[in-house]
Amino acid sequence: MSGQNLIESPLDPNKALYRHVVAAGEPWMHELKKGQTLRILDLEGNQAADTLFYSLERPTEEHYSAVHTIRAQGNAYLTAGSVLRSNEDRPMLTITADTCGRHDTLGGACAAESNQVRYALEKKPMHNCRDNFLTAIAESHYGLGKRDVVPNINFFMNVPLTPEGGLTFEDGISDAGKYVEMRAEMDVIVLVSNCPQLNNPCNAYNPTPVEMLIWD
Amino acid sequence: MSALRDIEDRMVHTETVPGARYWSLVIRRGFTLRLVDVEGRANVSALLFNPQNVLERYNAPDTLKGQHTSKLTKGNMLYSDMGRVMLSIVEDTVGWHDTIGGVSDASMVRQQYGEQRYQEHRNAFYRSGRELFLIELQKWGLGRRDLVPNLNFFSKVSADLDGTLRFADNHSQPGAYVDLRAEMDTLVVLNTAPHPMDPSTEYRPGMLKLAIYRAPPVDPETDVCVNFRPENARAYANTRILNCQEA
Repeated sequence: MSGQNLIESPLDPNKALYRHVVAAGEPWMHELKKGQTLRILDLEGNQAADTLFYSLERPTEEHYSAVHTIRAQGNAYLTAGSVLRSNEDRPMLTITADTCGRHDTLGGACAAESNQVRYALEKKPMHNCRDNFLTAIAESHYGLGKRDVVPNINFFMNVPLTPEGGLTFEDGISDAGKYVEMRAEMDVIVLVSNCPQLNNPCNAYNPTPVEMLIWD
Repeated sequence: MSALRDIEDRMVHTETVPGARYWSLVIRRGFTLRLVDVEGRANVSALLFNPQNVLERYNAPDTLKGQHTSKLTKGNMLYSDMGRVMLSIVEDTVGWHDTIGGVSDASMVRQQYGEQRYQEHRNAFYRSGRELFLIELQKWGLGRRDLVPNLNFFSKVSADLDGTLRFADNHSQPGAYVDLRAEMDTLVVLNTAPHPMDPSTEYRPGMLKLAIYRAPPVDPETDVCVNFRPENARAYANTRILNCQEA
């Protein structure tokens, strides 16, 4: 398969059983049952949603794996049709609709320390995705810890690789109203950091809210 | 062997690891680990940890995005998730080492190469990278939760413009080597199982020769790795804080 598979969803937002707007820079953790569909809606455009999945049954043993996912599909980018696989090489979710076309899973999440390295040593106090991940899992009851914070998906983020071995951060290809939708193939815990990054164009330097919608 | 001649006078240890076996050791700051692909068909999968706090570990995304690269070669530094440099690639005769391909598991090996059990084949039985990592990780109190995206020295996986992943055949050559200088004490856990994307149907894991030698003192003003990118200088500055109370 290749990237940029634009597929619209037939699901009606008015019939969603759950709707919640995640403010810019905040975490969101929620259970998604097998067969349920989650939509992440980029409300104002160019926002990055850093996302991890854990098996609800065995959260500290089975989680989303970028390596297994891209290796199985033979492609570095995520789009409609991508199966999000676990470290046990099992399907966790399938991307069923995508109006953005390409999502990154190699760039990882921002952290206080990686911001220092990437931008300036003085950037350490700035809010970041890993702080959101750690806050959410520390307040949860799943037994998760920093050890379980593994490389994630960056929905709506564009991080192209070049055949020569380059890796660049490009302006997002997302826009206001674009969304990505995924169906759970097992019961999962969804962990999202609505990225607070102010130092690179992944959010157009302006973090904005995203909406979460769930259908049965 | 010739691949070690230039470091013979500084070498403190040398060892051979056959194909599809494991190895681990803490490489102390100020020492360099040389990995030699003896026959030109080795794949060396590696994970790195801070032995004083194993929650700090090699982070492939931070390493790649920090240096705007999807390949690793001389000049690149291998970052931890704590914004520090664990190992610096101070020499490399290969030009591209992989860190997105991961390791094989038992079912992949069975599917690709068929079954070769211990019972019939004794120590020539087929082993996966995952199994070898998990055995060696447990000796340090680590396990499945620590099996994060790893390095694959001597292997190349590139992406076409549309994202299609490609494994490069015959990428390395006999005697090729890579030198990894420890900037902080670093637990290196490695194995020599075949790369999971290697399309070969013949199970022939390559042999690794490794050597540890005293590294010359690092001059941050002129060092190739520290000055390779401004990000490396900042990661190195963070690492110096970790080491600032050493005698």
